[in-house]
Amino acid sequence: MEHTLTHGTAAGEHPKPAKNYLNETTGVWSWMTTIDHKRIGIMYLIGVSTAFGIGGTFALLVRLALLNPQHTLFGKHWVDAEMYNRFFTMHGVVMVFLFIIPSIPASLANFVLPLMLGARDVAFPRLNLASLYLWVIGAVLGISTMIMGGVDTGWTFYTPYSATTSAPLVIMLMAAFILGFSSIFTGLNFIATVHKLRAPGMGWFDMPLFIWGIYATGIIQIMATPVLAITLVLLMIERTFQIGIFDSRFGGDPVLFQHFFWFYSHPAVYIMILPGMAIISELIPTFSRKTIFGYRAIAYSSVSLALLSFLVWGHHLFVAGESDLANVVFSGLTFLVALPSGVKVFNWLSTMYKGNISFETPMLYALNFLVLFTIGGLTGIFFSTLAVDIHLTDTYFVVAHFHYVMMGGTAIAFFGGLHYWWPKMTGKMYNEFWGRLAAVLVLIGFNVTFMSQFIMGGRGMPRRYFNYLDQFAPMHMYSTIGSWILAVAFIMMAINLLASLKFGAQAPANPWGGTTMEWLTDSPPITHNFHEQPVLEHEPYDYRHREVTHV
Amino acid sequence: MSTTTVDLHSGPHGEGEVHDPHQQHHYTTMEQQFDTSKIGMWLFLATEVLTFGGLFAGFGLMQNRYPREFIEAHEHLQRLAGATNTIVLLVSSFTMVLAVLAAKTNQGAKAARYLWMTVACAGIFMCIKAYEYNHKFEEGLLPGYFYHHKGDLVAGSHGYATFFSFYFMMTGLHGLHVLIGMVLLGWLAVRAKRGDFSSAYYTPVDLIGLFWHLVDMIWIYLFPLYYLIK
Amino acid sequence: MLEWLRTFWLPVNQGSDWAGEIDFLFMAIFWLSVFFFVGIVGAMVYFSWRYRYKAGRVTPHQTHNTTLEVIWTVVPTLIILVCFFVGIESYMKFAVAPGEAMEVQVVGKQWLWTFEFPDGTRSVNELHVPVNKNIRLVMSSEDVLHDFYIPDMRVKRDIVPGRYTLSWFRANQSALGEHVSTCAEYCGKGHSDMHARVFVETQADFDKWMATGGTEYLDYTPEAWGKIQYERKGCSTCHSIDGSASKGPTWKGIWGTMVKLNNGTSVLVDEGYVRESMMLPQAKIVAGFDPIMPTFQGLLRENEIKGLLAFIQSLK
Repeated sequence: MEHTLTHGTAAGEHPKPAKNYLNETTGVWSWMTTIDHKRIGIMYLIGVSTAFGIGGTFALLVRLALLNPQHTLFGKHWVDAEMYNRFFTMHGVVMVFLFIIPSIPASLANFVLPLMLGARDVAFPRLNLASLYLWVIGAVLGISTMIMGGVDTGWTFYTPYSATTSAPLVIMLMAAFILGFSSIFTGLNFIATVHKLRAPGMGWFDMPLFIWGIYATGIIQIMATPVLAITLVLLMIERTFQIGIFDSRFGGDPVLFQHFFWFYSHPAVYIMILPGMAIISELIPTFSRKTIFGYRAIAYSSVSLALLSFLVWGHHLFVAGESDLANVVFSGLTFLVALPSGVKVFNWLSTMYKGNISFETPMLYALNFLVLFTIGGLTGIFFSTLAVDIHLTDTYFVVAHFHYVMMGGTAIAFFGGLHYWWPKMTGKMYNEFWGRLAAVLVLIGFNVTFMSQFIMGGRGMPRRYFNYLDQFAPMHMYSTIGSWILAVAFIMMAINLLASLKFGAQAPANPWGGTTMEWLTDSPPITHNFHEQPVLEHEPYDYRHREVTHV
Repeated sequence: MSTTTVDLHSGPHGEGEVHDPHQQHHYTTMEQQFDTSKIGMWLFLATEVLTFGGLFAGFGLMQNRYPREFIEAHEHLQRLAGATNTIVLLVSSFTMVLAVLAAKTNQGAKAARYLWMTVACAGIFMCIKAYEYNHKFEEGLLPGYFYHHKGDLVAGSHGYATFFSFYFMMTGLHGLHVLIGMVLLGWLAVRAKRGDFSSAYYTPVDLIGLFWHLVDMIWIYLFPLYYLIK
Repeated sequence: MLEWLRTFWLPVNQGSDWAGEIDFLFMAIFWLSVFFFVGIVGAMVYFSWRYRYKAGRVTPHQTHNTTLEVIWTVVPTLIILVCFFVGIESYMKFAVAPGEAMEVQVVGKQWLWTFEFPDGTRSVNELHVPVNKNIRLVMSSEDVLHDFYIPDMRVKRDIVPGRYTLSWFRANQSALGEHVSTCAEYCGKGHSDMHARVFVETQADFDKWMATGGTEYLDYTPEAWGKIQYERKGCSTCHSIDGSASKGPTWKGIWGTMVKLNNGTSVLVDEGYVRESMMLPQAKIVAGFDPIMPTFQGLLRENEIKGLLAFIQSLK
């Protein structure tokens, strides 16, 4: 294998050093006090994966509760509406705040972003660790509400219901508030890192596209999260002091809360999806062994999506009591989101054109992403068309739509990235057969679960419903069965990855023939990342100077 | 694109180069470290502005809903105390600038003096604030359902309680920033006296200076909003 | 086939002409999506097969193509412009309720619906509307957010406590019969049980239903229903129920007694007398009171009269 990216000797030619970031120091304390971005990334990875497991468990419970209209299991009635409401609230809160938002940036990007830039660490390593601790505190607080009786407001905390419910909501809001700061710290750190810690010779347009996506994400994290923080504080104070801003009983305006909430939470959708797109921009050129098509178009589309994300929050309020003029404006702005998303998809496809494509597990996830995100994106057109939105909003059509984007998009990209960088992070190769099988099962299970939700949504099944009409029973049953296929696929994936730690083959420095800088160092990397400071010689994804590799 | 030869900065592990002890392992030069810190601080200040921005937006919307109540409620605020506080904070910003200048020019003791002056101004600000709060407590001008002031023109309106909710929330959050600032400034003063800062390394003074100016600036917006605008 | 696809994705019933329009738009976007989906995934599958890995294959260094970038920016722009304008054009029909309409007050509370018709008739969880007539819903909430959604009419609008929101529909001939309306904004434990039945009826059937005054009375005992009528119909302004003096005789303990009239005779307070007093109040005036009571002929329904009778009877 030949490396031409650096003046220095390629990592592969180094004798295998005994020391790497995993074993240079040992003991729990060395991990808890570490400021190494790689270790923090690994701890975040464990954290968000656990959160995914918890959130997924709640999702399975939600689906199980809806298996049949009688809510029975083996003939026994096991769940009531109150419990069901807590299930879907916890599913939403855990998945949104604990999993998707930190998933790619805080775990994978934390690990690879400095490596891709040829840097030794992120700009503020201690802040990075602080972010992790805040995440842990937020996670403990948030999940502990389940023991205190559970929150039943839905993850959106809409007033006045959230101002009146007896649930331990203040604790939950506190958790979300703290998690917000965790997210701000991550975003702030990455922006500063990208600005100042790029390798010598690496200009803005020499950065891998993954960095562009994470940079755009950082902008949103910085600019939107503070508004969420203050909104949550206002809601907490509303509950305790009755200040009369969101609670109609005291002259407040519930619609105002929705505006405040979505001013953050819509950009948050892009905090979730941009890193997913960023990973796909890495996977497709690597496994097509061809330079990325339309580098600048993809980079600019990331930034323009970040900026657009601030202008479309009103589309969550089309039937909520927003003025007709606002509806029209937000409808128009929402349509614009289709353009940069489309640009990305078309450029990815063009990258595959005349490529040399192999189908390792990460690439299968990238293809899954293309299929699912395309469906998720196209169904967005239904909602931006005002008149059609009236019928579809607040139904399962919305539930299916955002699962196609959030899970079919972000979560799938996350798992693609996880497999892609797994050898780099752990130094081990996972089993390709089981990895591929899980990827295929995910695609099947996902579509069974959520395509049926599109169907019942269109037919008028409202969301957050415990009891439903008998006419929806078959679709609910299919959806629940799909959720089991998904569960099997994810368990298979987890076992495969964990088993590789013990039984996996030693990973080479660059198992996939990647062209970005993280592949220049050992797998796993040494504590200081690189043996010698890498210097950029070619634009990223340049395959003209490389031998073709195939595992 | 092919980058021409770039001189490889020797990092902390390079041979034979003397390093400032403040330089962290992952930076190549002190300038790089300083610039990065500054970017970080500006980003943090942006989040602060947006946090307060949310509250300002909320206040504006509520003022729109209760115009009469808000005008009447603002008459209860002590304009003189507010004006004094504005001047006190402006002075503190000035001493802060002098402190940064002194730290930058290797005058540690002088920097420490100016920093303590800044802390003193902040202390005066908090005392006046406490006096104002006390007055509100006595009059029953309290947030939310604690509000029990008598004799309002629009009897029974919730607008007054809303006004004072925002008043306490915004000045309270600002006051919290002042308190945090006082702790940071005191810590800086001790370090400055000890001679930790020099023209080569004064990043903390510079950054906390920026923070302090922001705290000042927020008050510059709060003062007219609550005390002056009718 | 097309109709089958429509009913596969959408409610079978198109209860209003507007619903037909929505369905048309939905299906248009559906076909648009199918076109793009097949194009994108088709290309993906084709490239995956055509350019599958072969050792030694050299990939071309294609960095970008401005013409292509322009095409796949401009073409989607044109498409979404069309969607945008068609969407708002249709939306405006929903947003602007027609001037001439029957107005129904809708109140949502945890977890039931009440409907009040122009003549004051109320019903709970049951909305009756005449066919081919504009129905304007003026909606408010007594507690938290709700959303009044009739899938068959494709109308949906949130109900926000502290303000009134409007919605409207016009049921067409095909909608004659029963439909379901649901709450579409999460409102707590009983959210998924907050249904109302919507009956679209011919004008004649509707008038007949109105004559019985809704079904609210079935939810109460006759005495309780009478007490509600006592307050709602204005009896309480002149008749006390605790024995205190007012503009009319108190109802307390009056049932079954003989009362003196201003013409010197006496009469037994029984069903016949009370009914007569409601319909022809001037026929017999109790001594010491002025003949000021208005007639309730046509304003009280049989179930309301029965309730009032039971209520008066219960006031011992």
